[in-house]
Amino acid sequence: MKRKLIWALYFLVFALRADGADAFCGFYVAKADTKIFNRASQVVLVRDEDRTVLTMANDFQGDLREFAMVVPVPTFIEREQIHVGDKAIIDHLDAYTAPRLVEYFDEDPCAPRPVFAFQSRMAAGSIAESRRASALGVTIEASYTVGEYDILILSAEQSGGLETWLKENGYRIPEGASEVLGSYIKQQMRFFVARVNLDEQSKLGFSYLRPLQVAYESPRFTLPIRLGTVNANGPQELFVYALTRKGRVETTNYRTVKLPTGMDVPTYVKTEFGDFYRAMFDTQTRREDGPVVFVEYAWDMNWCDPCAADPLSEQELRELGVFWLGEASPAKQIAPRPPGAARDVFVTRLHVRYDAERFPDDLVFQQTGDRSNFQGRYVLRHPWRGESSCEQAEAYRRGLPARLEREAQTLASLTDWDIEQIRKKLDLEQPPEESKQWWERLWKD
Amino acid sequence: MTGRFTTIRDPRSFQSAILIALLAYGAAMLDFEIRPAVALAIGVSALGWQFGFAKLWGLSRFDPRSAVISALSLCLLLRTTSLTTALLAAFLAIGSKFVLRHRGKHWFNPTAFGLAGVLLLRDDAWVSAGQWGTAPWLALALVGMGSLIVRRAERSDVTWAFLGSYLALLLTRSWWLGDPLAVPLHALQSGALLIFAFFMISDPRTTPDSRVGRITFGCLVAATALFARYWLYQTNGLIWSLVICSLLIPSIDRVFPGRRYRWRSASQTTAHGGNVDEAQADLGALLPGLRPTS
Repeated sequence: MKRKLIWALYFLVFALRADGADAFCGFYVAKADTKIFNRASQVVLVRDEDRTVLTMANDFQGDLREFAMVVPVPTFIEREQIHVGDKAIIDHLDAYTAPRLVEYFDEDPCAPRPVFAFQSRMAAGSIAESRRASALGVTIEASYTVGEYDILILSAEQSGGLETWLKENGYRIPEGASEVLGSYIKQQMRFFVARVNLDEQSKLGFSYLRPLQVAYESPRFTLPIRLGTVNANGPQELFVYALTRKGRVETTNYRTVKLPTGMDVPTYVKTEFGDFYRAMFDTQTRREDGPVVFVEYAWDMNWCDPCAADPLSEQELRELGVFWLGEASPAKQIAPRPPGAARDVFVTRLHVRYDAERFPDDLVFQQTGDRSNFQGRYVLRHPWRGESSCEQAEAYRRGLPARLEREAQTLASLTDWDIEQIRKKLDLEQPPEESKQWWERLWKD
Repeated sequence: MTGRFTTIRDPRSFQSAILIALLAYGAAMLDFEIRPAVALAIGVSALGWQFGFAKLWGLSRFDPRSAVISALSLCLLLRTTSLTTALLAAFLAIGSKFVLRHRGKHWFNPTAFGLAGVLLLRDDAWVSAGQWGTAPWLALALVGMGSLIVRRAERSDVTWAFLGSYLALLLTRSWWLGDPLAVPLHALQSGALLIFAFFMISDPRTTPDSRVGRITFGCLVAATALFARYWLYQTNGLIWSLVICSLLIPSIDRVFPGRRYRWRSASQTTAHGGNVDEAQADLGALLPGLRPTS
């Protein structure tokens, strides 16, 4: 019998891998998008009033026969409510919303002129089957083939029957899933079960699984994460890109916290931005007193500053399910626009590391009226190393070690990296006098 | 001397201090996005309307204390980027206690009414219930502080009835769903829930007069709030529930009549140059009144 690995909702296992580098504004800095996190999954949630379009991106790398996904959904899903999306658009959204580096170059203090800033990016069944199902209290409400996927919409009377049915049909159900399934059944949820149709897959010729999209209408604005915590393979990473009309999205049953941003960090971070971002995220998660959801980006989709990638085109947004945008001609591409231009899409990128212990309940969201922009942005200031000598240049040189030390301390504080190691990399063997505490300068022993 | 003593012991001063402490904690530790301009607009609007309505109603003295409490509570709960929304919320809160009255008692908790009004009327208003987080020590601190106030106000019954029934209903739901205990505990550990229980529902001037009435009311608010949250999937179930259930208070008072809550400081204020009408009109304290012992 075929054995399928249940991928209980959105749990993509990404292998840690090196990403290709691409240049931006002539300056390569770093690229470290969502793929730098292990076991990360990406979900796009398009929401306005009671309408939701959910896109689940998966980057499953194993044997496709092993792939299966079970997603609790609040309503019955018709064939037309399911769509297979384009992974490239999600990659674009990832790049557009990724935390970024900004580079500045100090000018010659003797000849002040306007700062010239370079931006860089971190882009970043059969009748028998049916009969058996109904004997178990499971109803196969519909069965569709969409793209490379075979999809079943199931409802069940009790979790035991559903679990038995899933097991009999070759799904590997993790221990403890039964009670979670039971809870969803009593909450009148249906189950959207997807697996790969190998014939269709080979006909289509894609070497990867494309994202699955589901559109439904329900007042529930939630993301069911509980099934994903049953496996207990340690914490999982989830990136949620919420596209709304009104403004920023936040969780109502967990704290939503903005990632630290705007700090000056040592310039060498440029070459290890992925490590920096991951270490910083680890540290911030650890420091929080309870479960939190981090905001990494919240911005009007019309523009960006600096841009890690261009804003998504109207066509891309419609593909993602932004149903309120007018019909766009396929060739129409929206260029970055200045602030104030009217395209009613606001994106919020949330990043959460969750496990059953800290996140016992599903994520519940709300749209806020907050349209203020936020981005994870880190600043590199390249020191001026010129030869000029004037009073300002001398003062600049005297102040430089203290500044580098401050940057080192900021980096250490953000990432919990060893300050001595950072100083070594910066050639700051000893903290400069200016940055020492007054008592350290008092007694030299 | 007695006048000064009364002022110091005035429950509303104490309540204001607690609200200021919570605001400071929220802003410093929990990343509450309290915009100074919005806070200022709420404060100025609340005091302005308190003054305006007091004049209009012919009250001889302007007493800012209850308006300050309404303003602080709105700062604590209302999130908006718009000054218009901030001004409107304060107007609705203060206006409601002067205009929407029934048998000399204001119908709604001013803060809840102000919030519900802007949530309905404006697109740019929201309540960040999740921002309180679930840090248990905070929950404990709030329980401690809140219960202190409530006990002294002798109106703790409504809070306990609300919390008890909320807990019971939540546990029943979880048991029925087969959820682990962590799920209802997570919902209960919410700082926002405790703030609601101790600082909003317990407003002595809007709760029913009799003990049986208050207990009924507390249970009703809890059941409606959970219904709004888990069946209607409403984000601000507690606020909606309080406003809607408040409409039933006159009926509850008719079925279970009791002694009307009086702010005992009214007689003291009168003795020191105040005015009974003013004290009676000044009912807007969000938090329950402490009775200064005479």
